[in-house]
Amino acid sequence: MDEAPRRGAQRGRALAAWLAPLANLAGSGATLVGLAIVLFWVAAALLAPLLAPYPPNATDVLAAAHPTPSAAHLLGADQLGRDILSRLLWGARRVLTVAPIAVLSAVMVGSFLGLAAGYYRGFVDLLVSRLADILLSFPVIILYMIVLTLFGSSAFNIILVVAITKAPIIARIVRGLTLQLREREYVAAAKMRGESALYIMLVEILPNARGPLIVDMCLRMGYTTIIIGVLGFLGIGLPPPDPDWGGMVKDTYGMMSVWPHMSLIPCAAISSLVIGFNLLAIGLRESAFRD
Amino acid sequence: MTEAAPILELDRLRLSYATRLGELNVTPGLSLTLARGEALGLVGESGSGKSTVAFSIVRYLGPLGRVVGGRILFEGRDLAAMSEAELGTLRGRRIAMVYQDPMSSLNPVMPIGRQLMEVPMLHEGVGTEEARARAAAMLVEVNFADPAAIMARYPHQLSGGQQQRIVIAMALIGKPALLIMDEPTTGLDVTVEAAVLDLVSALRKRHDTTLLFISHNLGTVAQLCERIAVLYGGELVEDGPIRDVFRNPRHPYTRGLLDCLPRLGRSKQEGKLKPIPGHALSPASRPPGCGFAPRCPHAEAGRCLAGPIAQVDVPGEPGHRARCVKAAELAPWRPAPGAAHEASDAATRPLLLRAEKLEKSYRPASGLFAAGGRVVRALNAIDLELRRGETLAIVGETGCGKSTFARVLSGLETASAGRVELDGEEIGTRRVEARPQALKRKLQMVFQNPDSTLNPSHKVGYSVGRALRRLKGLDAASAKRETRRLFEVVSLAPELAERKPEQLSGGQKQRVAIARALAGGPDIVIADEPVSSLDVSVQAAIINLLSELQAERRDSLVFISHDLAVVRYLADHVAVMYLGKVVEFGATDAVFAPPYHPYTEALLSAIPEPDPERRRARIILEGTLPSTGEAPAGCPFASRCPRKVGEICDTTPPPEQALAAGHRIACHIPAAELSSF
Amino acid sequence: MRRGRRACLRFRRTAAAGGRAMARFLLKHLLFLCLTLVVVSFLVFILTELTPGDVARKYLGAYATQEQVEILSKRMGLDRPVLVRYVEYVGKMLSGDLGVSTRFRVPVKDIIFDRLANTGLLALVSFLFIVPLSMLLGIAAGMREGSLLDRVILLTSAVLASVPEFAMGVFLASIFVVSLRWLPGTATLEPGGSWPIATQLVLPVTVIVLFDMGYVVSMVRASMVEVMRQPYIRTAVLKGMSFRGVVLGHALRNAMINPVTVILLQINYLVSGVVVVESVFAYPGFGRMMLEASLYKDIALIEAGALVSVFVAVVTQILGDLAYLLLDPRIRR
Repeated sequence: MDEAPRRGAQRGRALAAWLAPLANLAGSGATLVGLAIVLFWVAAALLAPLLAPYPPNATDVLAAAHPTPSAAHLLGADQLGRDILSRLLWGARRVLTVAPIAVLSAVMVGSFLGLAAGYYRGFVDLLVSRLADILLSFPVIILYMIVLTLFGSSAFNIILVVAITKAPIIARIVRGLTLQLREREYVAAAKMRGESALYIMLVEILPNARGPLIVDMCLRMGYTTIIIGVLGFLGIGLPPPDPDWGGMVKDTYGMMSVWPHMSLIPCAAISSLVIGFNLLAIGLRESAFRD
Repeated sequence: MTEAAPILELDRLRLSYATRLGELNVTPGLSLTLARGEALGLVGESGSGKSTVAFSIVRYLGPLGRVVGGRILFEGRDLAAMSEAELGTLRGRRIAMVYQDPMSSLNPVMPIGRQLMEVPMLHEGVGTEEARARAAAMLVEVNFADPAAIMARYPHQLSGGQQQRIVIAMALIGKPALLIMDEPTTGLDVTVEAAVLDLVSALRKRHDTTLLFISHNLGTVAQLCERIAVLYGGELVEDGPIRDVFRNPRHPYTRGLLDCLPRLGRSKQEGKLKPIPGHALSPASRPPGCGFAPRCPHAEAGRCLAGPIAQVDVPGEPGHRARCVKAAELAPWRPAPGAAHEASDAATRPLLLRAEKLEKSYRPASGLFAAGGRVVRALNAIDLELRRGETLAIVGETGCGKSTFARVLSGLETASAGRVELDGEEIGTRRVEARPQALKRKLQMVFQNPDSTLNPSHKVGYSVGRALRRLKGLDAASAKRETRRLFEVVSLAPELAERKPEQLSGGQKQRVAIARALAGGPDIVIADEPVSSLDVSVQAAIINLLSELQAERRDSLVFISHDLAVVRYLADHVAVMYLGKVVEFGATDAVFAPPYHPYTEALLSAIPEPDPERRRARIILEGTLPSTGEAPAGCPFASRCPRKVGEICDTTPPPEQALAAGHRIACHIPAAELSSF
Repeated sequence: MRRGRRACLRFRRTAAAGGRAMARFLLKHLLFLCLTLVVVSFLVFILTELTPGDVARKYLGAYATQEQVEILSKRMGLDRPVLVRYVEYVGKMLSGDLGVSTRFRVPVKDIIFDRLANTGLLALVSFLFIVPLSMLLGIAAGMREGSLLDRVILLTSAVLASVPEFAMGVFLASIFVVSLRWLPGTATLEPGGSWPIATQLVLPVTVIVLFDMGYVVSMVRASMVEVMRQPYIRTAVLKGMSFRGVVLGHALRNAMINPVTVILLQINYLVSGVVVVESVFAYPGFGRMMLEASLYKDIALIEAGALVSVFVAVVTQILGDLAYLLLDPRIRR
């Protein structure tokens, strides 16, 4: 038998094992709805260049005068005559790039700190926990406002600041799990055969924390989407003119009484994406409990 | 025998449990009667459905379980057909229940008194004052000297034994006709268990309560019950008067259960234990005939698997029935004989491990602003030695320090003072991380909990392979070959190495753990309660494996256990620990024969022996284990010792009396006097 | 270990020990409060004073000449080491001098407490709705896990917590302001308009309550579900108690232990997190003041505002811990 496909199959099985919680979702209808919504927006984001009828920032003078939905502009246009459908699709691409990168960075930093704090305990734990307490006691939205206005608002800064504020939360979760898992007998067995601390943390402990971590990542994706939208709405989000859902609402909110569709449509978009993530998280948590 | 109508009758009861695989048939049709006033022991191993049956009687099966068919007749009324409201009038008033883990059975935020008072207030509509008086009276009955003080406390302020007495008081305060106890002493120490069993036995006679006692432990049933029913795979395989069933078991499973127990007085020199081969029946794959046939040494496919097996009356023993086609053909049963054996050549073997004045104290975990000062002393001047090729057992109850001793040996903790030498090399103060690989290789460990001993994220072969690579320096390919070989050594199919731990049974997991411990070719294996969470039939197999491997490899074994019968069977030397101290040490035969240390004597007397003919008066220890923090000036056992001689016990540490052949006892009472009891 | 802990508890049962323990608890938390305030004030100080474009430039704006910037820097003493200036700043704060807002051209303390009071009103009204409603719904959902009621409450609260405040504001405004014209679209708290102040508060409060309740309900429910699985609930049922009796007598208090901290932490959100709602409805609150201060780089106001919000946050944390302590006898020391 050829080696390569077998190894491929093995890797496939390892992947399947990692995603096992996902496979158990079939039980709940709400979860499937959540999954469908998220996949819908992921597809929209991936295919934005193909699906969008217009460039996202192209203005159409005619549409600006009559911005309500029409055959030319299925979801209408905004006050500058930009096609809302196109901006929605490109906006999805932006939020679904920034949010996952921010969450993944937070998970990586947070997991590392949490593992170290839970495994070594003592001084490391004191340091990490106190740092987390202080960061968590700072009202995040105020922090965002200060940092993003002072340093300027860019995708990079948003990712950085979200990762910094979310990492302590994840560190706490991982620390709690690590404190439990480090007492397991297989960890003692690993020590007794001389595995390094790093190996124990990454190979013996972390894989067993993945269930709660995946659920939390899902919730975190929802929150981060909200944060990105809120920052856009407050005018300190992803820089214009590229479309950003929160920013679209901010620009058009003043025209609510005349053209409510300009605000309602991006609001519906962001709400649906977050609903998708949260329903998915509920399902993942329930399937984790069933085990 | 049953002149009146039975108090409880299960009539072809069919219970099922919803799982991901679909509806599981827990009992295919269980019929059982309970006469008024009797005590019936319902016995079975894990998965036999005994707890599900118990909870079905109070109709508390949770969202997944349900009664599919049959009737549950209590005093003539069918519980299975009752509404919740009707059940409410019976629960707590006519039927009460006690189950294991008393701590979680009590509401953590409600004082004990209120929890007791609720019952009469609810069912009899009595006022607060009367309810309080009733609660206080009930607490006196379960041996609390100062009920008012106890009633003001919260559950977490009591010990496990006290909690279980509270739960029993709570069950009996409503004067129920039927008391169901589901493993009420599992998880309690043996001396505490003895006290609880004595209490239950006295109370049920005084209140004329019918008792359904569910247990995996044949010993407790033999000590407490008049009748026994043995459950296997949800089917009643044998039932009858307790003396008849223990004297003349007619079902091969009952015999298997009795045979696999290491009876007190037996040792490994007299032969192996007899485990039941194979695995417990999975309700998902029930064979057409006898569920036990796949594991039965007497099975004949043609007869046993042909169809449903009927219950057969045992001639000359009214009420004794067995569900076996060969019940009448089996030869008479004999318990494995217990005989004295010659002392081993222990003294001539070279010394391998020596602990000298070993101490371990903890400062209780605290934050930045700790009250400070108080120290818990888990090990207190331990002197022990272990020779090559010998088994040293360490026995004692929860909190005696036996596990701490194991953790210091293995380097998971370090000693606070004193020395531990392995082959002349100091190890007591070196954490495992600080030990060179060669030293780690010499000393390996088998742990207690089969569910946590293997990493659920990895295949079971992984940790054995890693141990081979780290400790023996093998490359990936030879580690894989060697893993398969080790699996064969511990009697596991090598293919199992590719499975995940969740696909293995508890016994299989412990075998993998043993293989892992052997991977580096250790000089000493430390086994910390390796069989205490296994079913008895599996326990026997693991004990056999440990003793065979040791005989073969001539390495040493440190065996930590609370089970004196197992220790008696397996060990060459025994150390009895109490509150961080070794109170008695010596060759196994010497320790298990007079003169005893008073604590050893109490431990031995507390063991519930699986023999209804030998119900003895037990030595009941008063009080609870004092905190190790309040290090006593005198003998650690003084506060509970039934043979305390006087003030000297509290003030002066007892002398170590050296007796024959290294046997030593730490007690103020002269050895000669200890021999006579 | 557990035995040791139990002994500890027994050791501490005397009243005197209890008083000492409470004093220790307060001391410990007050120390943490001070530590947090010092760290945060220093961080904010560093952030605002050391960021690209120096302080004087922020004061004078983009059109000032470099010379003007340097003169001002010297006059403000900005050429001295950071640590010296920080200590000086702390001294001023402690003496009650919070500085002058460059954006609003008034002393900081003249504006900050007004705005805080406005937000306090919004927060208080919302809190009064959130607490009883979410407890009721959370308990009702969690007492029978998996029941229809549970599914409906769980999914509704998940959906509500998913809609960002500004989106919820847009949705509600499009119905009640644009279509039905029942309510005002802004809440400027200025009397004399066509809408009384009470009606101005309706929409902001509704948005806050719906958004925040979604989260709190799911926490209460999770705690209740956990409690209902405990063996002591089984004990209560097998005593013969009715379901109602079990829920009220045994489950309720246990189920409140964890969420009480969460609920108190909502005060934190209500004070600074409502900036979005304040922006949607042009409400003159603390959050919007901070947003403006940030956008206009009003350093004195940013620094004072940040300290105030951290102070509120830490105090609510302490309250949460205290409530936990009172509800759970197991950790009462």
